[in-house]
Parts: sequence; structure tokens; C-alpha cells
Amino acid sequence: MSESEIKKGVRELSPLDIYMLLPRTNCGKCGEKNCMAFAAKVVNREVPIELCTPLIEEEKYRSQYAKLKDLLAPAVKEIVIGAGENSVKVGGKLVMYRHELTYHNPTPIAIDVTDEMPDDELLKRVKEIEDFTYDYIGRTLRLDMIAIRSTSNDPDKFKSAVEKVAGATNLPLILCTFNPEVMKAALESVYERRPLIYAATRENWRDMAELSLMYNCPLAVFVPNDLSLLKSLVNTLIEYGVEDLLLDPGTFPEDGLSETINNFTMIRRNACKGDDKLLGFPLIGVPMTVWLNKEANKEVLQWKEAYLAAMLMTRYADLLIMHSLEGWVLLPNVILRFNLYTDPRKPVSVEPGLRVFGNPDENSPVMFTTNYALTYFTVESDIKSAKIDCYLIVVDTGGISVESSVAGRILTAQTVADAIKKSGVEGKVKHRYLIIPGLAARLSGEIEELTGWRVLVGPRDSSGISAFLKEKWPPKNA
Amino acid sequence: MGEKEKGEKEKNSEGGGIIKLGPKLLELLSKLGEIELENVEINAEELEIWVPSFVPSAITAQPPAPAAPAPPKVLVEKPAEISKIEFKPLIQTYPGRIIEVQLGATKAEGGSRGKTVKIGGEASPSFYLFEETPPNPPAISADVFDMKISLPKALRMHIQDVMEDPAAWAKLAVEKFNADMITVHLISTDPLIKNTPPDEASKTIEEVLQAVDVPIIVGGCGDPKKDAEVFKRVAEVAHGERVMLSSLTLDMAEAGILGEVAEAAKKHGHVALAFTAIELNRAKELNRRLYEYLPKDSIVMDLTTAALGYGIEYSFTIHERARLAALSGDEELQHPTSSGSTNAWAAREAWMKLGSKWEPRELRGPLWETITALTMLLAGVDMFMMMHPAAIHTVKEVINNLLARGKAKPEEIADWITVKM
Repeated sequence: MSESEIKKGVRELSPLDIYMLLPRTNCGKCGEKNCMAFAAKVVNREVPIELCTPLIEEEKYRSQYAKLKDLLAPAVKEIVIGAGENSVKVGGKLVMYRHELTYHNPTPIAIDVTDEMPDDELLKRVKEIEDFTYDYIGRTLRLDMIAIRSTSNDPDKFKSAVEKVAGATNLPLILCTFNPEVMKAALESVYERRPLIYAATRENWRDMAELSLMYNCPLAVFVPNDLSLLKSLVNTLIEYGVEDLLLDPGTFPEDGLSETINNFTMIRRNACKGDDKLLGFPLIGVPMTVWLNKEANKEVLQWKEAYLAAMLMTRYADLLIMHSLEGWVLLPNVILRFNLYTDPRKPVSVEPGLRVFGNPDENSPVMFTTNYALTYFTVESDIKSAKIDCYLIVVDTGGISVESSVAGRILTAQTVADAIKKSGVEGKVKHRYLIIPGLAARLSGEIEELTGWRVLVGPRDSSGISAFLKEKWPPKNA
Repeated sequence: MGEKEKGEKEKNSEGGGIIKLGPKLLELLSKLGEIELENVEINAEELEIWVPSFVPSAITAQPPAPAAPAPPKVLVEKPAEISKIEFKPLIQTYPGRIIEVQLGATKAEGGSRGKTVKIGGEASPSFYLFEETPPNPPAISADVFDMKISLPKALRMHIQDVMEDPAAWAKLAVEKFNADMITVHLISTDPLIKNTPPDEASKTIEEVLQAVDVPIIVGGCGDPKKDAEVFKRVAEVAHGERVMLSSLTLDMAEAGILGEVAEAAKKHGHVALAFTAIELNRAKELNRRLYEYLPKDSIVMDLTTAALGYGIEYSFTIHERARLAALSGDEELQHPTSSGSTNAWAAREAWMKLGSKWEPRELRGPLWETITALTMLLAGVDMFMMMHPAAIHTVKEVINNLLARGKAKPEEIADWITVKM
């Protein structure tokens, strides 16, 4: 069976599939002109089906609504950890590969603390976790959760540590102990925060299930490297009445890596392509298992934890529990997460307009590029690293690269002319020379005609800007 | 490491505490035995301190379960035992398979390489080990430049003594960094740099071919016309060696010179790396043009590797799509792929000072390259062009770990919650 055949069998929806189950009255209550337009947005997950109020309110649509809910259910269940504003959604994956639609709910990263840390150390670490931020393409990247481990195995100690953490932060919590008694002590205090209970195992599952039901908190299931047992336990827990589950099939560092990656991949394949409901729950990766190796040097373990986290994120982990709080370990991971969870349907773009680099004067070069984020940031980086004083006009191409926007007639002499006018650069320089991207060379003539500026065709790659300017700037006949 | 760590610190002439971590990490990762980098000597005896083994930790006996904490919410019969369900992985068979490409040729095959490398041959997505163990482990080629170039310190510190001697550089990369292949980037041929003529450039290739016995990849300067001239000459000089020319492009086709380069590759028994910029239709178009000249087992694709943080998601997805399409039967995409993972260093986060919170850069940089490569590995890439020795070492180790099945020991992680740092 080919990839596409399986996919179709499971959840390749067309707007028509949705439309047939809608009221088809074109009432417009959802804000769309008609039911077909609404169906198209629903199928792309741009709007929730609940915007169709008649479907929910009117008795006669009840079975259609149920069918739609089923049709639209993600292959991986979405679980909420935390309460109210201070919660994270985990899982909710509709597809196995991001190009099939997009990935939802970026993998939250939880950092561990223990119930045996001295108070000041504990609170300091919590604050460090909260304060971790990095600004990237205009977004602030952060850490998401705190995993409190009971290393003491003492109910009072755990309860006390959990209370302290809960008092110090609003971040969602993961309570980690395999001892139900210890778990219960902490849950009594913080169950309203809806922490994740980590974890039910083949030994303690009944007690953990009771706690999950009693306190209405999601439950992690930990069964290392035994997918039959994992699946059996999930089935049993569902029969027991627990609905919100997360799965930890075990993170094995070092030479157990093949099993780790293989297990995560098999589970996600079965959930997304085989409609295996028992495995359709979010996956927990625990890169901090590298720290079980007590003999290795600290930097080596941080290094290993860093790349293990990245591999797990790429291979379907929906939540990560980590130990390293070092910036160099976490930075590539929060950026990789941002990258992988970017919607592949929407080109990432930056604000169009004039950018000023260094200290340009009236004789400085004027260049343009497009507002595709990758293009823009590459050009920006090249200009900055070469320490060039210049003006850069960012033309609005709807977030499309130079080559594609020229081919698609989005970047034209007219859009360039408009961008020059709008930028106000004409009042900032006394020359009229415009350096254009090499990939837009074919627009040279038209731009000159339309704007009256002389065009210099720049390099095809912005890495060549520096060399180009050395040779060609200032223009010889200026 | 205690005292010895202090010793290292004192011996380290440059930059104090933070800087030393770079080479130290490499040493620790590499277990290379006695080598010297930036005045930091670590011998084998010290390295024994770091042996990757777990401290076996007994599974904590579960205490007796407490009395049921609350009456059940719903009065249904709850299971008392785990009901057994068997897990069966969903196995697919694919109509397509990736072509196997050999790089380098032995004496018997008409070249002079002591080692050759085969890539490709997969009949399943990347490391879907439940379907197939990849027939050939992905390989790593270390970057060497034909002139001194400006590099971030984290890279430079490992190669600074050989930066003006490509042959010595190649030797270091093979012997110390354990590279499977060498890519010689003939950037000095760039008309905007030194405009080194083809004859001189091909001498560099000859020197490297003599210095090491692994397969060689010949990198151009990016100017299609100049690259064509250089590649034609190199193809002749390296006759029979099955080098890979990096790269052949649609720009060459536009300039009407693709055919002559591809013909030279064919005539002298080499491989072409077909480069396109994150666009599968163009990748297919370039391959179709190359089929006019070259056998299919002499084409590798470079679909572009953008750095982590600088568009890696586009590269990841284009490779994943290409591989799935190839396996589903798209013959024009059934070629192994190469990733220029050294591109990771284009990201400012790989090398720039970002403040003390994000230091040391000597670790952040190679980690950036490592994660860029590993992300591409999981998308299906078959060979990597890399630079930092710690990144090369780690990616090789990960590949080995991924290929070693059946080594997960549940008891070793069963009690991870209580691990004390």
C-alpha cells in the first residue's frame, strides 16, 4: 500500500465531506457567506466547527455534529495541562508530516526540579526557568513547564516542594513520582492547577488511575520499550475511565537511541496512518535520561541532552522533560521548535519598509529585497556582518522569496517603484542608483523606465554584497 | 576531572575558562587518544574517566498501594487486570527505492582510493527501522578550503595550523576527525576572489587525492561558468577516481554549459551533485537534464540545507517530501541526497556573542551544526558536508547508535525520576 492510499483511508478530508454534514442553510451565522465557504475553512482548520451555532444548538443536527467531531478529531488527542490562562495544549496532531497540513501545539519544554533541593535553590531555579527568553524573528521564545521530581519518595517533602513551586510560578506543572501515596499528597494541594500526573506504570496503574479520576488531572503512562504493554495499559486505563493520557515509551540515550526513535516513529505512524486510537495520545520525550550516566563529564551530558531533545522533537515528541537549563543547550531547541511548528502553508514574512544599517549618508548605497523572512534575515545578516552603511528597502511580496516572486509576477517594476516612493529614501540620498537582487535582474530595464533610477544588478546571493560594493560602489559614472 | 581540569585551565593560553570547553568537549566526545589541540593535552589515561556506561540503578520497589482514595465517579465495572493487546507496527511497502551511488573508486575500479563510500539504497523512510535497516549508513564529508578563509573561532581553533595547506587539512580531517570523505572547496577560483585558473585548482585536487585515500568531493566557487571550466579540468585530472562534482546547477543549464560538464563527468567516471534551491520541480528538471548525459547511479541531489533558525524547516520538509515521493515511485527523485550542514554556521546564533547567558559559543556553535545535521538526517539525508570535529563525531556516533538495534535496557531508565545530580 502506498503512502497516499493509507492517508486517504484515514483522514484526507475534502470540504465536501464537511459540507454534506453541515445544515446547508447558508444562514451566515458563522460569519461566512455560505456553508461551503465555511466547510473549506473548517477543513483547513482555520476555524472550529463550533462556529456553526445551529449545528450545536439544534437537536436535529445532533448526529451530524457528532459525525463531524469524529471526522475532524486529530489523530493525536489534544490534552490540556494546567488550568485557565496558565495552561498548555499538548498533542492535537492532525498529521504525521508537517507538509500534510501543519503541526499544532509546539512541544512544551519542561525543566526539572526536585523535592530535595534547598528552598533558595529551588526558587532560584524556578525563577530561571520563568525568566528564560530569547527574541527570534520578532517572537519571544520561552520554556513552558516545570517538572517536579520526588527524589525523596516522601509524601510530606514532595507536597511541600510542590506547594513552594506552585506558589512561585504560574507555569503548568508535572508531578513526577511512581509512588501513588507521594503523588496523592501533592495532588491534594495543587489539583486545581491541573498538573500532569507522571506516571502510571504496570505496577501502580490502578492507584494512579484513581488519582487521575479523583482529581481530574491528565495522566502519563510510562512503559519503557514495550509497546504491546503500553497499548494494553492504555486500553485498560481507558476502560477504567481515564481519558486524558500521555504516553512515554521510554527515552533511551546512547545505544538505546535506535529503539527510542523507532518506538516514537511506530507509535505516530500507527496513530496517524493506521487510525490506532489507543496510540493516538501525545508522546513524552525525556532527554534528561542522559543524566543517569553518572560518570560522564557535565558538558558532555548537556551536549547529549541537547541533541537528543532535538531528535525527539523532530520525531514526534509532543512534550519534553529536560534538566539542562544552560542557554546554549536550550537555544537550538526552542528555535528548532519554532521552525518545525511554523505553518508550511504560510510563508513567514517581515514588515515591509525601509531599514537603515550602520550610519548611512546621502551617498550610501540603496538596495532592496523581499519581505520573505528567510530572505530578509539572510540579507540583514550579510549586511551587518560586512558592516555596510546602507539603506535597504523591504518590498512587500507577501512573504515570497525574490526568485519566486519575480517568477510569479508579484515582484514587478511597479511594486518596486511603489516601495521606493513609500520608503522615503528619495529624501535621504542624493544619488539615484538602486542595487537590485541578482535574481531580479530581468526587471532592470522596467525599473529604470518606471522610476528614473539607474539599476545596478547586485549578486544573486546576498553573501556577495560586500564584494559587489567593493567593486561597484560608488558608481563610476556618478 | 578535578585536578586535571585545573591543569588544563592553566595550560590553556587563550581565553581562560570558557574557551577551553570547546576542545575539551571534543576530546571527551571523541575518545581520540592522545592529540593536541590548542595546547590542551588529554591522554588516553584521562579519557578512561569518561566511559559511557550507566550506573545500574535498582528499580525502586513500589510501596504498598494506599487505600482507594475516593469512591469512583462513574459506577461501571473497572478492570482489575491489564487486558492484553498486541502492538503491531503498520508496515508499508513502497514501489520505489533510492538508487545506490558509489563515491570514490579503488585501484581495481580504475581509481586510487583505499576506501569507497556507498550511499542511498533505502526502500523505506529515514530510520523507519521497523521496516528496514538502511543498507548504507549515512556518510560524512569534512570541508576543506583551498585558501585561508575567515571562520568563527570555534571552527578555526581546530584547523588553524593547516588552513593554508588543503592536503594537510584533509589528512587531519580523515585521521583525527574520522571523516569518511573530503570536500575540497575551490573557492579561490572565484573570479571575485583569486580567480585561480582551472589548471592550478586541479593541482590542489591532485595533492589532496595523494594525501588521503578516501573519496573526494570537489566544490566549486558558485560562478557557473568558472565552475564549469574548473570541473571539466578536474574531471580529466582525477580520471577514474569517482569524485563528486559539487555542484551542477540549472544556472549552468541556462548558460548552456551543463552538458559539457556532465559529459566530462561521464567520460572520466565521476558523480554529479545536482543542486537546486528548495524546489522539487526544479530538482526534477535538473535531474532530467542530467539523465541525457549521466547514468542514474552517478547523480546525488542537494536540495539545499538552510541553517537551524534560518529556514531549516523548508529544508527538512523538502527532503521529507522528496524521499516520500521517491519511495512512492517518483523516479526523478530517487537519488540519495547530500546536506551542506556546515551552513549551520550562517545562523548568527551559531557564532555570535549573545551575552553570557548563551555562552560558551565554543559549544553552541558545534551544537548548532550537530542539530542542523541530525534534523536533516531524520528527513532522509544520505551524506553530510560538515566542519566542526565535535559535530562530525556526534553525528557519526548517532548514526551508529541508530543502526545498533536491541540495546535499549528498560531497567536502566525505569527509575529516572529519582536520579540525583
